[in-house]
Amino acid sequence: MTRAEARNLALAAAAFALLAFLPFLKDSGYLLSVSVSIAMYTVLATSWALFSGPTHYISLATAAFYGLGAYVVAAGIGTISYPLLLVLAGIAGAVLALAVGVTTLRLSGVYFVIFTLGLAELIRQVVTWVQNNLTGSRGMYVLTEITERIIYWELLGLAALVYLVGWLVARSRLGFALRIIGNDELVAAHVGINSAAAKLILFVISGVFAAVVGAVMAPRYTYIEPSIAYSPELSFQVVIMALIGGAHRLWGPLVGVIPFALLWELIAARFPTQTVLLLGVAFLLIVYFIPHGVVGRIESALERLRRGTRRG
Amino acid sequence: MYRRTALKLAAAAALAGALPLGFTHAADPIKIGAVAPKTGPLAGGAAITHWPNVQLWVHQVNERGGLRMRDGSRRKVELIEYDDRTNPGETIKAVERLATQDKVDFIVAPYGTGLNLAAAPVFAKYGYPQIACTSVTDKVPELTKRYPSIFFTLGTTTAFANSVAEVLNKLRAEGKIGNRVAMVNVADAFGIELAEAARPIFKTAGLEIVYDRSYPLGTQDLSPIVKGARAANPDAFVAWSYPPDTFAITEQSKIEGLNVKAYYTAVATAFPAYRGKFGKSIEGHLGAGGVNLDTPEMKAYLAAHKKVTGKDADYWASPVTYAGLQVLEQAIEAVGTDRKAVTEYIKKATFKTVMGHWKFVNQSIHEFWTVGQWQNGLFHGVSSTGLPGAKPVIAKPGW
Repeated sequence: MTRAEARNLALAAAAFALLAFLPFLKDSGYLLSVSVSIAMYTVLATSWALFSGPTHYISLATAAFYGLGAYVVAAGIGTISYPLLLVLAGIAGAVLALAVGVTTLRLSGVYFVIFTLGLAELIRQVVTWVQNNLTGSRGMYVLTEITERIIYWELLGLAALVYLVGWLVARSRLGFALRIIGNDELVAAHVGINSAAAKLILFVISGVFAAVVGAVMAPRYTYIEPSIAYSPELSFQVVIMALIGGAHRLWGPLVGVIPFALLWELIAARFPTQTVLLLGVAFLLIVYFIPHGVVGRIESALERLRRGTRRG
Repeated sequence: MYRRTALKLAAAAALAGALPLGFTHAADPIKIGAVAPKTGPLAGGAAITHWPNVQLWVHQVNERGGLRMRDGSRRKVELIEYDDRTNPGETIKAVERLATQDKVDFIVAPYGTGLNLAAAPVFAKYGYPQIACTSVTDKVPELTKRYPSIFFTLGTTTAFANSVAEVLNKLRAEGKIGNRVAMVNVADAFGIELAEAARPIFKTAGLEIVYDRSYPLGTQDLSPIVKGARAANPDAFVAWSYPPDTFAITEQSKIEGLNVKAYYTAVATAFPAYRGKFGKSIEGHLGAGGVNLDTPEMKAYLAAHKKVTGKDADYWASPVTYAGLQVLEQAIEAVGTDRKAVTEYIKKATFKTVMGHWKFVNQSIHEFWTVGQWQNGLFHGVSSTGLPGAKPVIAKPGW
């Protein structure tokens, strides 16, 4: 570990420690509810970018994993302890990602995008079929003593974990291989990289995180409905946020999630009847004015600053 | 220049004159928050059942001069509304925002079972009474124990299934139908729950389920389901359906000529749009909900709904939603804006509503309409859990 890395790690640890005290602030209810959604999207978008950032495979499957995680909790909550359910949700996410990855990661470009979009619907149908024909619907309620505060801490912990994993991957041989795959898959194959395996590992990691996030969020919703757990909107939002931030840096999605979530909140509060319309307009403007994401902007600004000081 | 200054002066004078006058007459308005879908999958239902009633109630209260408080003052109602995009996370955030940022005095309960249950912990945390008028759940005892300020008014899944069995048996006793029932359900939350509840209930009631199929939510082509049901040669057809498939199944049944003397579809059968689409051919159709159309209160409500919102109310949850707002209104008028006192008052008092007299027992209304039937272009309640005014059920004529 270099000195710069050690410094960044210490800074990140301090930031997380600071954020963990947020629920203790006076009248933090509203702040906390906004923070929970920011934390949730941070984990989802960052874990999405772990796979899609380097490989340029746009996955719209987030909702499939998220919904699966939520359903694992809904199905098991009366009989299995909650921490164990989180683990089970992770395992379910891994199995699904593995099955999907093995069969589809050979697809590329738009074919992969379309498949992952359909996946959420497929999983939703399978789950409701199982529920309708085998188990009955008595597992739809998630009544627990878990408060929003605990959910926030769980998400914060997950965020720390996703950054740690991302950091470890990026400095490993695997991360290097992925960057080569992203640049040119043919070249990667020629230099002896097992590109299918590399992609699969990252797809599984990102699937596990999304499933665990779904499991963490389930107690917050109390009543799990398929139309809500498998909402395609979720998949799109995650992609949009990650791309606005910039998917090629580990901290990229974060700088996309925070302004986007705040903007969203502002629009929802000020223009309650035109929310969706204004969001669309805001999104168009963002794509038009910051095509390379916030990270691109920050990096070019830093670059200019550096050149400026060198000249001076 | 001079003219502009003069205008400004005049305006200022008018304002100065008007302001104190205004203050002496009306106290601060009571702030009421509302959050429900304006977009997303449930927006269509909310636009029929939820929002028009909020609009109607606010309009009527303010037209009357405001709520008549205990101290004799009148306070108008100021509405702050948010769209939750049918996303429970947004509902939670919006309720938090209403409670802590807008600091509203009361909040109208959200729309639908899922969104209400997601918001329940937040309502409970800040002590807002939550009169959940559009939730149907079998977990009432558990939920009311957990959330001391939640109230349920629309009924339970089991009661809905029970009543359908009763209605069918009534027709059977009159010799109009046999005991063969074809049952289908949408494979989604409420549809699964209802089908699940119905199977044992139908069996004990002596009804034979000769056909039992489910179909996924959003299925476009329901003709195989209807054909299958017809092939089973049933006496009665029961579909635990959602709005889009209620319409699709009815249409398909008409095409296939599914001629049964008892025909039931669940959610949306009570919508005016159902009558609008199928006209006279829905005579004798049974569906979830129903109201007593003969009371003067109900007649006045339906007329006012049409006049103020420009739309017809539905014949199930619309008046129940309005009654929930009347409960809130009467509780505030009786005890003021102290939320705790209002909640306690709702638990104990009897309310005069468009649905008749309402008294909450264990935070829920136990007398509600369960089955309605289209008779002469109106959807009348034919079965309930103990309400007066049920019309006798008739056999369905042919299409």
